[in-house]
Parts: sequence; structure tokens; C-alpha cells
Amino acid sequence: MSDIVHNGSSHFDSAAVPRTSASVFDIFLRFLVIGATSFGGVVPYLRGALVTKQHWLDDKEFVEMLSISQSLPGLNATNMAILAGQKLRGFAGSVAAIIGISLPGAALMYAVGVFYLRHGDHDFVTAALKGVAAAAVGLILSTVVQLSQKSLTGKFDFVFIAMTVLAVNRLHISVPRTLIAVGIIAILFHHPGRAHKGSATQ
Amino acid sequence: MNQIPALARAFAYLSLLTVGGGMAAFPEMKILTVEVHKWLTFTQLIHIYSVGQMAPGPNMMMIVIIGQWAAGPVGAIVTLAAFFGPTALLAFAVGRLWKRLEKWPWRLSIQQGLAPVSIGLLLAGCFTMAKGAITGLETGSVAVGTLLILLRYKINPAILVLGGAVVGLFSLGPR
Repeated sequence: MSDIVHNGSSHFDSAAVPRTSASVFDIFLRFLVIGATSFGGVVPYLRGALVTKQHWLDDKEFVEMLSISQSLPGLNATNMAILAGQKLRGFAGSVAAIIGISLPGAALMYAVGVFYLRHGDHDFVTAALKGVAAAAVGLILSTVVQLSQKSLTGKFDFVFIAMTVLAVNRLHISVPRTLIAVGIIAILFHHPGRAHKGSATQ
Repeated sequence: MNQIPALARAFAYLSLLTVGGGMAAFPEMKILTVEVHKWLTFTQLIHIYSVGQMAPGPNMMMIVIIGQWAAGPVGAIVTLAAFFGPTALLAFAVGRLWKRLEKWPWRLSIQQGLAPVSIGLLLAGCFTMAKGAITGLETGSVAVGTLLILLRYKINPAILVLGGAVVGLFSLGPR
């Protein structure tokens, strides 16, 4: 397909010339700010910075990238950084984006690691950490509920969820084996011949 | 003993298991880092994972601490590169191929099929963690309370995790 012909069906074309003049350093800086300020989940901050403020991506591109990010292994945050960086400035853009978004959190956690070794066994730290861990369990459960509401397309999907949990927690089958086995069954169940109801993207 | 190659191998492998979120890799992470390599205890793993939920940026940055404890600053950097490198390359490749993949009929099947499996892996990771983190009525109430508040109200989850710390300080300390 020629680059000159505009393809109206998709705005997401990494081969196309970027519309904006984001330099590699701009990309690094913008993602560094997201990496330093995105408390409690990166995606809304990404949308705010990339779509609303910088106009580096339009909403359709953002949603498309998010749906790719969610169906690949890897964290949404880092996959989004790779895809957005690639769209803006190719390989160098991806590298700048992922380093930028990771650096603040990584530095902070490094400091936490040092602190924990020194003070992690104090009574008050242990008590606070117990509460933090319990709240984190609640947070993961809420993610499970919200993802289920958003991305499941049929009642049968709950059977696949149950199979996965049983395989890992009860039968102690390793995660990759479970992922491949249940994954293949679930993908075949959702084969293209079956009328696709709903959409996993929104 | 030099832990660098073991760190690189373990985290590159764990990287590929993070389908649907970092928590999907948690059961396997516990086996590798706690039971096989003994880089930290299960309690420590739960602690750093949970503290990591309050940090900005991608939410699995706690892996930096495992690398640091096992092999110092170099260990931390190697762990980061191993955990984010493989999936980053994959995302980059898929980003390039996307135009062709977009019209592939099985793409939606894969997306719809992997959705319940990734939710199941997330839940399995959650149960693995809950076994260590939920030790009684108090911690159970904090978890359920957090869940209900997050489902009911639009509130920044980092604040609730911080709230968990405060509740812990006042009610879970030594008697």
C-alpha cells in the first residue's frame, strides 16, 4: 500500500509521517512527567497528556493502542509507552517513552528497598504494611470486577475464569501451561465463525 | 554467588506471563523468587508489591527491589531490563504489524478468548497474595472495605492503599 494514499479505516499507521513535531527529548520528558505523577493507575494520565494536552494522538488512536496493549503480555503502561513512542518517533521514540515512564517509579522503589532493609522490621512499619497489603488485595479484586464488566463477551467466559483459577490455585499447574491450555480452548470457543457480540475494545 | 544471570532468566520469563496485568505473574513470581532462588520471603514479596501500588508509573516497579536485594544496583537494572525488555520488543513488533493484523479474523477471537483467561490469572494471583495478606478479621475487613469503596466511588486507589497503612498503624500493631 502506498503511503500517499490515505487510508480512512485506520489512523494508526506507524509508517506514516508523524503530524506533530515531538522530538525524542520531548517524548522522554512528557513520559517522565507521567511516570512521576500517575498515582493510582497510568491510563487516565496517559490519555490526559497524549490526547488532551499534547494532541500527539487522537482519541481513536488512543483506544486502538489501549486495546492492543491489553491483549499483549506486558503492563498496559509500558505497552502504551512503546506504541505511542513508536507512532511519534519510531524506535528511538519507544525507548525514550518506556525509560521516561519507568524511571521515577523505579527510583522510588529502589529507595523503598533500601528503607525496608533498614526499618522493615520495626513494629509500626510491619503494622502499616499489613494494612497496605490488605488494601492491595481489595484493589486487585476491584480490578477483576471492573475488567469483567468491561471485557467479557458471554456467560461462558466465567467458566474460563473458573478453569484458570482452579488450574493455578488448586491443581498448581504453572501459569504458562494454564495460559496456553485454557487460552487455546477459549480462543477456539470465540472462533471467527461465531457471531462476535459486543467488543473487547471498549 | 553471582545472581545476575538467574535474575535475568527469571524476570524475562515472568515478563511473558503478565497477560492482563502484572498480577497474572504473581503465583509464578512467588515460586521463583521466594521458593527457588530465596531472594526474599513471601511476606516481603507481599509487602513490596503492596507498597508498589502507591508508587506512580507502571505498577510492577517493586521488581527493582528484588533485583537490588539479590545483586545490588546492577541487579536492579538487570531485573528491570529483563522484566520490561521482552514484552516491549513484542509490543514494538505488533505495533508495526498492526495494519495487517487488524483485518485478521482471528484477532478478535484471540482478544475475546484471552480476556477471561487474563482475568482468571489476575484472580489466581490475587488469591495467592490473599493467602499471605489476609490473616484475620481486621485485614479481611480492610480488603473488603477497599473493594466496596472502589466499586462504589470514583476515588484514586493509591489513596485507599495509603488509607490501609493508616488503619494498619492503628489497629494491627503489637498488642
